[in-house]
Amino acid sequence: MAGITIEAEYCKACGLCITTCKKGVIRYGKGINAMGYHAAEVDGTKGCIGCRLCAVVCPEAAIEVYR
Amino acid sequence: MEKVYQRPGTLAAAPTRYCPGCMHGLISKLIAELVEEYGIADRTVGILPVGCGAMSKNVFTFDVVCAAHGRAPAVATGFSRCAPEKVVFTYQGDGDLGAIGLSEIVHAANRGERFLTVFINNSTYGMTGGQMAPTTLIGQKTTTTPLGRDPGTDGYPMGMCEILSQLKAPAYIARFSLRTPAGILRAKEGLRKGLELQLKGEGFAFVELLSICPTNWGLSPVKCLDWMAEHSETVFPEGVYQEREGGEEWKTV
Repeated sequence: MAGITIEAEYCKACGLCITTCKKGVIRYGKGINAMGYHAAEVDGTKGCIGCRLCAVVCPEAAIEVYR
Repeated sequence: MEKVYQRPGTLAAAPTRYCPGCMHGLISKLIAELVEEYGIADRTVGILPVGCGAMSKNVFTFDVVCAAHGRAPAVATGFSRCAPEKVVFTYQGDGDLGAIGLSEIVHAANRGERFLTVFINNSTYGMTGGQMAPTTLIGQKTTTTPLGRDPGTDGYPMGMCEILSQLKAPAYIARFSLRTPAGILRAKEGLRKGLELQLKGEGFAFVELLSICPTNWGLSPVKCLDWMAEHSETVFPEGVYQEREGGEEWKTV
């Protein structure tokens, strides 16, 4: 079982991880973080395969991957 | 579950000051990962430019020096000569390296100084508000070329890898695009090669990274990637431009 965690306070909602994820695991969150962005969040209903591509493209190094 | 990817400890525990989607954060992350992998944080020195890149002083936890505009190669030369045990890299944008600092980088490369230069090419001046840089593409609109860059009055985009590969001294010159995850991983291997040359003391290494500037290009980060595939990558092709194996003997008079 694989999964990711996103540090919402580092996220600037650039959307690069959302475009990169082929499984559609990541989406924009409804909440607003301290910098004023709708930080990305994990959609728990989709199956993450732990490919790490979201973490590779994240400019803020906000994503950690578990596998 | 086992953690297979985490934020490197050589990055400060705070958000960066860059715009959303800016690849400076990505490049800082790649450098920080390599520094952590090799365990050289206590003897690495980054020489930062003037421009957005200077904001990475708040990003790295190892030592950095902020040089005058375009003079990072000169500061790095002094640093690596006076402290040969240090691993020195410069981190420069296209306005810093290609315009005001052009002579510094050419002569440092020609002397084969022992440092790695990471050159971030996003075809514009980011911090000052999106003016034309030497690397701006033909027809690209900037605040100083509102009708698009015209080669008749503004000249042509300068390929720094092509210019520096005319010299004999550099040990490694390569260009990578950060558009795709595969490109990012290739870029990391290029940076690794440049850093390993510094650990062996083999001389000058130059890694150019094609990047984006969503704020000044006026596009969303995701649309910037499409623009990059269509325009930047055709003018600035990826590849290894020079790889010197061992010292070459020269005829003396």
